[in-house]
Amino acid sequence: MSSGSYYVPAHSAWPILGVLAVGSMMVGTGIWMVHGSAAWLSGIGLLAVMLVMAGWFRDVIHESMSGLYDDQMDRSFRWGMGWFIFSELMFFAAFFGALFYVRTFALPWLDGEGAKGVTALLWPDFTASWPLMNPPDASISGPKEVLSPWQLPLANTLLLVSSSITLTVAHEGLKMGYRRTARNWLAGTVGLGVCFLTLQGIEYYEAWHHLGLTLQAGVYGGTFFLLTGFHGLHVTIGTLILAVMLVRVIRGHFSTEHHFAFEAAAWYWHFVDAVWIGLFLFVYVF
Amino acid sequence: MTIFWICVIIGVVVFGIMGYSMIRHRKSRGAIPATFHENTRIEILWTIIPLVILFVMAVPATATLKDMYDASESALDIKVTGHQWRWQYEYLGENVAFTSSLATPREQINNTSEKGEHYLLEVDNPLVLPINRKVRFLTTSADVIHSWWVPDFGVKKDAIPGFINEAWTRIDTPGTYRGQCAELCGKDHGFMPVVVQALPEAEFDEWLVARKAEAEASLSDAGRDWGLEELMEKGEKTYATICAACHQPNGQGMPPAFPSLVGSAIVTGDMQAHIDIVINGKAGTPMAAFADVLSPVELAAVITYERNAWGNDTGELVQPAVIKEQLSQ
Amino acid sequence: MASDKSHKAVLQASEGGTSGGEYSSASQHAGHGAAPRGMMRWLLTTNHKDIGTLYLIFSLTMLFIGGIMALVIRTELFQPGLQMVQPEFFNQMTTMHGLIMVFGAIMPAFTGLANWMIPLQIGAPDMALPRLNNFSFWLLPVAFLLLLSTLLMEGGGPNFGWTFYAPLSTTYAPPSTSFFIFSLHIAGISSILGAINIIATILNLRAPGMRMMDMPLFVWTWLITAFLLIAVMPVLAGAITMMLFDINFGTSYFNAAGGGDPVLFQHLFWFFGHPEVYIMILPAFGIVSAIVPTFSRKRLFGYASMVYATGSIAIMSFLVWAHHMFAVGLPLVAELFFMYTTMLIAVPTGVKVFNWIATMFRGSISFEPPMLFAIAFIVQFTIGGFSGLMLAIAPADFQYHDTYFVVAHFHYVLVPGALFAILAGVYYWLPKWTGFYPHEGLSKWHFWLSVVGVNLTFFPMHFSGLAGMPRRIPDYALQFADFNMLSSLGAFLFGFSQLLFLVVIIKCARGGVRAPACAWEGAVDLEWSVPSPAPLHTFEVPPQTRDGQIVRP
Ligand code: HEA
Ligand code: HEA
Ligand code: HEC
Ligand code: CUA
Ligand SMILES: [Cu+2]
Repeated sequence: MSSGSYYVPAHSAWPILGVLAVGSMMVGTGIWMVHGSAAWLSGIGLLAVMLVMAGWFRDVIHESMSGLYDDQMDRSFRWGMGWFIFSELMFFAAFFGALFYVRTFALPWLDGEGAKGVTALLWPDFTASWPLMNPPDASISGPKEVLSPWQLPLANTLLLVSSSITLTVAHEGLKMGYRRTARNWLAGTVGLGVCFLTLQGIEYYEAWHHLGLTLQAGVYGGTFFLLTGFHGLHVTIGTLILAVMLVRVIRGHFSTEHHFAFEAAAWYWHFVDAVWIGLFLFVYVF
Repeated sequence: MTIFWICVIIGVVVFGIMGYSMIRHRKSRGAIPATFHENTRIEILWTIIPLVILFVMAVPATATLKDMYDASESALDIKVTGHQWRWQYEYLGENVAFTSSLATPREQINNTSEKGEHYLLEVDNPLVLPINRKVRFLTTSADVIHSWWVPDFGVKKDAIPGFINEAWTRIDTPGTYRGQCAELCGKDHGFMPVVVQALPEAEFDEWLVARKAEAEASLSDAGRDWGLEELMEKGEKTYATICAACHQPNGQGMPPAFPSLVGSAIVTGDMQAHIDIVINGKAGTPMAAFADVLSPVELAAVITYERNAWGNDTGELVQPAVIKEQLSQ
Repeated sequence: MASDKSHKAVLQASEGGTSGGEYSSASQHAGHGAAPRGMMRWLLTTNHKDIGTLYLIFSLTMLFIGGIMALVIRTELFQPGLQMVQPEFFNQMTTMHGLIMVFGAIMPAFTGLANWMIPLQIGAPDMALPRLNNFSFWLLPVAFLLLLSTLLMEGGGPNFGWTFYAPLSTTYAPPSTSFFIFSLHIAGISSILGAINIIATILNLRAPGMRMMDMPLFVWTWLITAFLLIAVMPVLAGAITMMLFDINFGTSYFNAAGGGDPVLFQHLFWFFGHPEVYIMILPAFGIVSAIVPTFSRKRLFGYASMVYATGSIAIMSFLVWAHHMFAVGLPLVAELFFMYTTMLIAVPTGVKVFNWIATMFRGSISFEPPMLFAIAFIVQFTIGGFSGLMLAIAPADFQYHDTYFVVAHFHYVLVPGALFAILAGVYYWLPKWTGFYPHEGLSKWHFWLSVVGVNLTFFPMHFSGLAGMPRRIPDYALQFADFNMLSSLGAFLFGFSQLLFLVVIIKCARGGVRAPACAWEGAVDLEWSVPSPAPLHTFEVPPQTRDGQIVRP
């Protein structure tokens, strides 16, 4: 409950500009997908989204630095970020749910097991397996080979886990007022993020061009890219956010007490990390 | 329906009390508000009582459901396949299969002629079933999700592409039973009825024998040479029941969703391409594969018809034997 | 009222007496000029009342657009045979009607009410994240313009029902489907951000002294609704993203040929969809729980049990989704599980109904328009609930599923349910918004015509459903003709009565009988302590409260 004063911002152009940006990005992408044109609109939209975010957050940073925010405002931001991450978690839950459903129900049914096993009448030659190398219908070819979890994926796991640790060190440094430490460890974290993305890029290239593991490669390929792809997108965003935080640490925006932006970025990063653990286990290992 | 009456009773009690308060405790009659606002005992009571009622409802429902799920030991298996927008029935192990499409004439639907008694609930080939035998339905679909529903049997099962669902019934009285597709399946979802003709057992067996003979005859029929006239005549009928839903009776289609066949490159050009698209359909579009739906004769007829109707006038015809040849590959 | 564009609400510090200094607003945002006027005021606003108004106007517009589509449906169904529209257009109307009503009319109406009333009811200066609030709102017009524009695209708009089951909505869908998906993405982002804002506001901006259990029920129900929104909108986003991939990138999530399953789509959809229907009813419960005590002049019976009931409904709503899928051929255990959980939801819902009636019992009741709508809500929602319970019995649902019985069920909970609660709320709070009472005579006409119209429209649908009429069909067999004719007549009566509502609102905005701060005898919540109409900025100094009431220093 309240203590102190609550800052209510003035009218602002950022939201409506943001709406226009999101709108053109979505419409552009739609036209691009359906008619194969107007990719530029999608690109401009994306750029505009980033510019708007930069401008919007700049305002917030200004307000924050000029001491307009109090503890209560801080809590509003905390609740906001916390619930936002929860919504992201549910987004991934949908994809994990799809993965589990396919593996535990759909494939065995198609193979003649379980409560809907009569289905096998339609697919006499099909045998369920995971990874699914031979989809039920011959018109869809499965992957020739899948990735071993113990190579790049394991390396990526180690990278992300250590990045969570380096980030925590940076955070502790910030809290204790060691700006140098904070800066260096945060820079390390960003570096680890970039390494992760590079490795994932290599892995995707391998999968797509050498293993026949593509989005079209049956439901294994589909779920594989859905989960790792959206995760990769989140790592990208997270890395960008951390890079911004790095700049702000260097500029000395954060005090030992007030650095919620940093913490929010850290929450996000830990969340992305936790999702990866789930992914590593259920997409690669099991 | 018992549930309905239980609900009515609860409703009467609840709204009764409400009505009583509305009449007795109105301000205009000078009612003074009481001050109570809690009563743990009554709150527990009106949590427990509904629970008990629900429990009483759940017991018979569970038993019924279990029974409905037990499709074992059937005497006859029918595979029911939904197509946009007709049903296909296969008598498994009997080598009998046919499709069943809406028989109501277009004019009735467009209000240009008087509607018949079974408007929209009549088909060209009803599903024929015996009474007193447990019949199992294996529902599936060739395209989108449909749902096979005959109210009188208490059977409504979704037909899902790539999967099979089971349901069963045992009919007591001979007669005609009517139902409809019960899952939105596109444009003509409202126009794919189910009609079941239930026959006494002996009659059914006779019917099945006759039907088998017919199937064999039509197979050998496919071997002979057909003339343009006969093919056109047969083709017109097939076209009207099957293809006209999308490509329209005048062949103009409804671009862009459904292409016009008049002057179309495929229909007036390469015969093989024409045969291909009708037999195999085109993946990813509503144009389905008709290899399993139509007999070789019907396929040949409808292709011939398309190539000569509506001013296409190619003068070309294709023999059922050719189609049969291609189907067996 | 201060015309400052930026102000720092100064809280009279409750603890320790450290009141922050009075900041002059101009010093913070020098160079922004005066508050914008005209169109710009609305585009740039961060004020919860402005944004609430925008939501409400948007929602009313959508109600009329979706309603006109309903009237197209009802006109076609007036008689057997195809008269006015072709089947493919009919399907687009059904789909768009459902989508627009659910995502465009009902949900934004509740969000609008939340924006207007939650800060007032908890003594907050505004929403917690005002700029985000503006963003959330303005995404909606973009989303719905995009959605409506699909109707003009080649191949037409979405025609696969508001539940868009794959593969009808993927492989067999019109090309505009990708745009439909993006429009839902945008609407979904809007809902999630709006919900986050509401949660942050409620948890963090309550006036000093207001405990959770002091909050008005509208605030409670919205808190829980917001939680539902954040939990399930992302799942919908995930499901439609998978559709997008199936359509554009050749994946096979919903295609057995590649190892997927069309039914997977339904699981994902209804995991969202069932909580979604409670998203559309919980705030309605909150509104009714405010109105019934006010006009009974008696405290709400069983406040605590109301809160717990709302919570349990929300939690259980995650466990019942497959009752929409009884006919897809679920394994027997699943069928039984979902049947039992669905039936159980009747218990907490019943608690709510009983509490309202116990509140009225031995009260001192008067029948102003808000109360009329609230009473009609209780009765008709319960009827809808009973038909829901009949649908919950799986073996019976085999018969009712995808018939007009279902259509009757959900319109009873949605139209005389959710929509009536919104109307009740609007009548209840109009004096607070405009400073004038809504015209009494016209409102009563509106009420009675609506009640008659709505029942004439939807009651016969129970019978056409029981008689075997499937839903989503443009033409029907002859035995359903009479019921359909009645429904169509009712729809026109109900639809045109809503024009009266429009008149009442416009009149009320212009003038009428002046309302005092506390517009209704018996109203106790915090919003009635600020003047009517509520000034643009309220509770800049948060009130000290005890037991949910302001304590004057
Ligand atoms: C506001 C929206 C709303 C609400 C609140 C509800 C509430 C309920 N709904 Fe409904 N429902 C919909 C909106 C809603 N529904 C929609 C939109 C669809 C169709 C979607 C589509 O396919 O397009 C649908 C469909 C639907 C189905 C699927 C039908 C089918 O497609 O085959 C089922 C089946 O179980 C169902 C059940 C219920 C139940 C049990 C409740 C319960 O919550 C009701 C509980 C209330 C009561 C029971 C009344 C009050 C209680 C008492 C007075 C206590 C005493 C009573 C007893 C013990 C009996 N609903
Ligand atoms: C969420 C809320 C909601 C609301 C408020 C309504 C309101 C109405 N609905 Fe519907 N409806 C749904 C949600 C809702 N509906 C859903 C989810 C479906 C399922 C869709 C699907 O199957 O996919 C559905 C489906 C549905 C069907 C079944 C269609 C089918 O299966 O083919 C029908 C049929 O009668 C119907 C009718 C109506 C009517 C008559 C109203 C009336 O209440 C409408 C009242 C009319 C107005 C408010 C309009 C006022 C305007 C005027 C009078 C015009 C004035 C003129 C000018 C300004 C030019 N609705
Ligand atoms: C469910 C709707 C539907 C039905 C029923 C249907 N078609 Fe088609 N048909 C289509 C669609 C859609 C296409 C376009 C496919 C494409 O995108 O190339 C098509 C394409 C064709 C073409 C190729 C036309 C061209 O110029 O590209 C022929 C020939 C054809 N159909 C014949 C038939 C015949 C014969 C029947 C009946 C036995 C039939 N169709 C039934 C939907 C249908
Ligand atoms: Cu087939 Cu509806
Ligand atoms: Cu539900």
